[in-house]
Amino acid sequence: MTDTVLDVRNLRVEFPTRRGVLTAVDDISLTIGKGEILGVVGESGAGKSMTGMAILGLLEPPGRIASGEIRLSGDRIDTLTEHQMQSVRGRRIGAIFQDPLTSLNPLFKVGDQLVETIRLHSTLTRTQARTRALDLMREVGIPAVEERIDNYPHQFSGGMRQRIVIALALCAEPELIIADEPTTALDVSIQAQITALLKRLCRDRGTAVMLVTHDMGVIAETADRVAVMYAGRLAELGNVEDVVRRPQHPYTAGLMGSIPSLRKDMHELQMIPGSMPRLGAIPSGCAFNPRCPQAGPKCRRDIPRSDGPGAACWLALTGETA
Amino acid sequence: MLAFLIKRFANAAFVMLAVALLAFTIFRFFGDPVEMMVNEQATQEDRAELRERLGLNDGFVTQYTRFVTNAVQGDFGISYRNQQDVMVLIGERFPATFELVLVATILSLVIGIPLGVITAVHRESRMANALQLGSIVGVSLPSFVVGIMLILAFSVSLGWLPAFGRGETVDIGWWSTGLLTSSGRAALVLPALSLSTFQITLVMRLVRAEMLETLRTDYVKFARARGVPAGRVHWVHALRNCLMPVITLTGMQIGNLIAFALVTETVFQWPGMGLLFIQAVTFVDIPVMAAYLMLVSFIFVALNTIVDVTYAWVDPRLRDDTAKAGGANG
Ligand SMILES: Nc1ncnc2c1ncn2[C@@H]1O[C@H](COP(=O)(O)OP(=O)(O)OP(=O)(O)O)[C@@H](O)[C@H]1O
Ligand code: SF4
Ligand SMILES: [Mg+2]
Repeated sequence: MTDTVLDVRNLRVEFPTRRGVLTAVDDISLTIGKGEILGVVGESGAGKSMTGMAILGLLEPPGRIASGEIRLSGDRIDTLTEHQMQSVRGRRIGAIFQDPLTSLNPLFKVGDQLVETIRLHSTLTRTQARTRALDLMREVGIPAVEERIDNYPHQFSGGMRQRIVIALALCAEPELIIADEPTTALDVSIQAQITALLKRLCRDRGTAVMLVTHDMGVIAETADRVAVMYAGRLAELGNVEDVVRRPQHPYTAGLMGSIPSLRKDMHELQMIPGSMPRLGAIPSGCAFNPRCPQAGPKCRRDIPRSDGPGAACWLALTGETA
Repeated sequence: MLAFLIKRFANAAFVMLAVALLAFTIFRFFGDPVEMMVNEQATQEDRAELRERLGLNDGFVTQYTRFVTNAVQGDFGISYRNQQDVMVLIGERFPATFELVLVATILSLVIGIPLGVITAVHRESRMANALQLGSIVGVSLPSFVVGIMLILAFSVSLGWLPAFGRGETVDIGWWSTGLLTSSGRAALVLPALSLSTFQITLVMRLVRAEMLETLRTDYVKFARARGVPAGRVHWVHALRNCLMPVITLTGMQIGNLIAFALVTETVFQWPGMGLLFIQAVTFVDIPVMAAYLMLVSFIFVALNTIVDVTYAWVDPRLRDDTAKAGGANG
């Protein structure tokens, strides 16, 4: 693939703690091409946000990238200094976080936050930046922008605020957008609108998107490919249709089986008995083995790893678990 | 905003009336004003006549009303001790206290806020830990001890700064300021530093605590994700969200500083209202005490009101009631 925008190789994120080193992201490799939307799913604590934060260079100490490489359009970005990263964040990678109610600084007008971001990443004057801010607000579907630009965040509804967050992420026409559960905090009735908006804007611009979500329905409708994460590891990676119709990994199969309408939240369903292990207590071998109906001796001994697309499962890799 | 202002001012007026009642009660019923004012040789008629002239035979309500009316016009009667108009006495002393408290407040903000930000941002560093430790010492040292230590160090040992008095002052109208002469400024340094030590550490610890909380918020993370440089994230985005409690604290503490100035003024023989009050207490000079009480309360109430109004100005969410209406749809 020549237009690979994001290339993550063997990424490992660790948290040194008093009781030993916790591995929040364990050997994750994935790529996202130009204009492609990669969905990332997994239970709470699977390491989805950590992966995103590692790419943005925003891991909270003591969290750190222990090994692996992250490339953005060919440039190594995991080795950049904090100062260099400041001109990657916002300019080359846009971010959208879960809660639009808290993503915007409550004490600054939304227009000022837009103008600030635009001017950080361009040479526009104040007036030009304001014009651009108005255009962006119109583009993300905010009515009466001329009045709204001087409003404070609290004067907008959740959906409108998330539109502004999207505008902020798009300010500098980044190559990649990391959207971490962009609709989870929103009213169900407007979730679809926001997802559709994000999809349209990124398709138009050819922006690559990493879309983290709990909602398999959103993945099925929005994403081109999907990465399923479990206990910090990649369980399965593949095209959305393949993964949804013919899941290779028993965990993914369980997820699909547990989603009759494809529109349910994974939190609400407990079709797979048991729960994901805590970081400090990941079993040896395949992390899923205590819950897996097909688990065999090999699963308890060796960690299955899949390079690139496919399932990290002995059954899928070798056809047996003995 | 207007309704808010009216409500806030009505509130303040009510509190002042209550304080006036207290001050009046002290004034009227602690000792007999007539006995305090006349000399030994005064006849019974003299006393009765004075009593009548002062209106002390009128009903309680009439007298209280008169007290309030006079107080509003700045008339608190005559000092028992030196037969001077109380307001003139206080007016002479007020600038000294005001300048002391003002400079102490500015010092506390100018030093306390940056220290708070730095200790929060570099919370793991050795310097931050040292500052944190120092602030515990600062909070626990009584201010007269700080004052005496400062005098020992900078006046007695080093001889850099004066240990007492106000230096030369310049009169601007009725206001005598020490800020315009170098001896006045030099004289201000130690008392202001001593008065603000506690306040500096208070501001620093508050800013640190608020910053630590703010640095964890989503909008700070999001600001960083937008590529806002770390310095701007800390000093603009995060700090601004910490200022509200600092404004409140500072506003409330100015009242306390005026009260604490009593101690500082005594240690440094600073000719302010605090020293005047201490002298008034020694001579049971009730009108001066009542006036001091009223004035300090007034400053407390006025500051509270200003703090509330500033609040509404800094935080747009408190300013209008359109917030909910605008948020409901869309
Ligand atoms: N400061 C920290 N110290 C130790 N472990 C941490 C720390 N922060 C996060 N973790 C752990 O890292 C793991 C991955 O967290 P992450 O936020 O990436 O999960 P997630 O997949 O995004 O979950 P969610 O769906 O709840 O957002 C979790 O198990 C979490 O407990
Ligand atoms: S490796 Fe074994 S335990 Fe893990 S998912 Fe595959 S079959 Fe189940
Ligand atoms: Mg998350």
